[in-house]
Amino acid sequence: MIRALLWILGAILLGGIVHLSTVLVMPQAATQDAYARLLPLTPVNAMVPLAAPTAENSIMPLMDPAFAAAVCRYDLSAGAIKLNAPLSQAYTSVTFYTRNSVAYYAIDDRAAGRRAIELDLMTPEQHAQVPEGEDVTAADRLIIESPTKTGLIVLRALAPEPGLMPMARRALANAQCRIGPVQ
Amino acid sequence: MRLLFGSCFALILAAAIGLGATWLTITRGLAFGSLTIGAWTARPKSGSVDIDPYARATIARTGELPLGTGDGVAFYARTDDAGNNFDGRCTFTISGVTPAARYWTLTLYDPDGRLVANTIDRHGFTSAEILRDIEGRFTISVAPRARPGNWLPTGGIERYVLVWRLYDTPIGVATRTAKEAPMPAIVRKACS
Repeated sequence: MIRALLWILGAILLGGIVHLSTVLVMPQAATQDAYARLLPLTPVNAMVPLAAPTAENSIMPLMDPAFAAAVCRYDLSAGAIKLNAPLSQAYTSVTFYTRNSVAYYAIDDRAAGRRAIELDLMTPEQHAQVPEGEDVTAADRLIIESPTKTGLIVLRALAPEPGLMPMARRALANAQCRIGPVQ
Repeated sequence: MRLLFGSCFALILAAAIGLGATWLTITRGLAFGSLTIGAWTARPKSGSVDIDPYARATIARTGELPLGTGDGVAFYARTDDAGNNFDGRCTFTISGVTPAARYWTLTLYDPDGRLVANTIDRHGFTSAEILRDIEGRFTISVAPRARPGNWLPTGGIERYVLVWRLYDTPIGVATRTAKEAPMPAIVRKACS
């Protein structure tokens, strides 16, 4: 009897370990995460508009249909990324995701405070190589550190009414995401 | 012989417990650090690097991109205020006030996060297009058939999820109470 209880106790402990390890491994093992879904649709280091979600077809689940969206799938191994996103009239935001869909930085148009959102995205190593003086003189240029070499930059512009969707799409069409030196 | 039988039994039981618990928590969505106001639940930490491992695993499985904390916060509802599950064949009304935000959107999804087909091609409302009364309050009818005013069609599906997204809002990780974030009330009306 006691022996059977010991076996069950051992099984529960082992089950707990199995549970925790599968939860931790899941983000690496997932084959249909957002990055994998966008991989065939997006070139690397370029901003491309995403198709609006419809009832029949949506690139990712739970996309907000009131927003026009564009995505830049980045790879920082060739150098830092320069992002330039003109603002639409209503509400524009930029969100940075790691390879595993963790949103590590997000900024909206009001926080950016100008006519465009301008950012430099780099790895911590690349950031360390930026000469210090330039960091100070370019204080109005935001530098974001990416925790992973690859990831996603998602630009979203709100269409407050359906009729304003073309306006939101036009604003996103001028956004740029490219490899460039930090000035 | 007994040892072999015991260890086999223990291993099978361990796998069942471990994988079963993982499946349950990932599909049901275990809510660490969640903020619940009325029928609405948000997980503000999911939009930051402080996201918990369960939310990470859920997001990896569904393939969604969570709303970033500097962008906004998303509240989810699957039931009305009394705990009745949403049913696309019934009428539910959403009314009251919303927390401070520059813009908000309300969207109806099926349980898998897809938009629902309907005759007027409406999947939600934004704060700019909603009809309000003189005092600035609004009522949204979530119903299978047309209603006067703000009608959000359900397409007659059995279960759905409502997502209320607040953009440029002070509501976030530090928010604790309904006083800071008054969410609209959801009430079930007639079923057809």
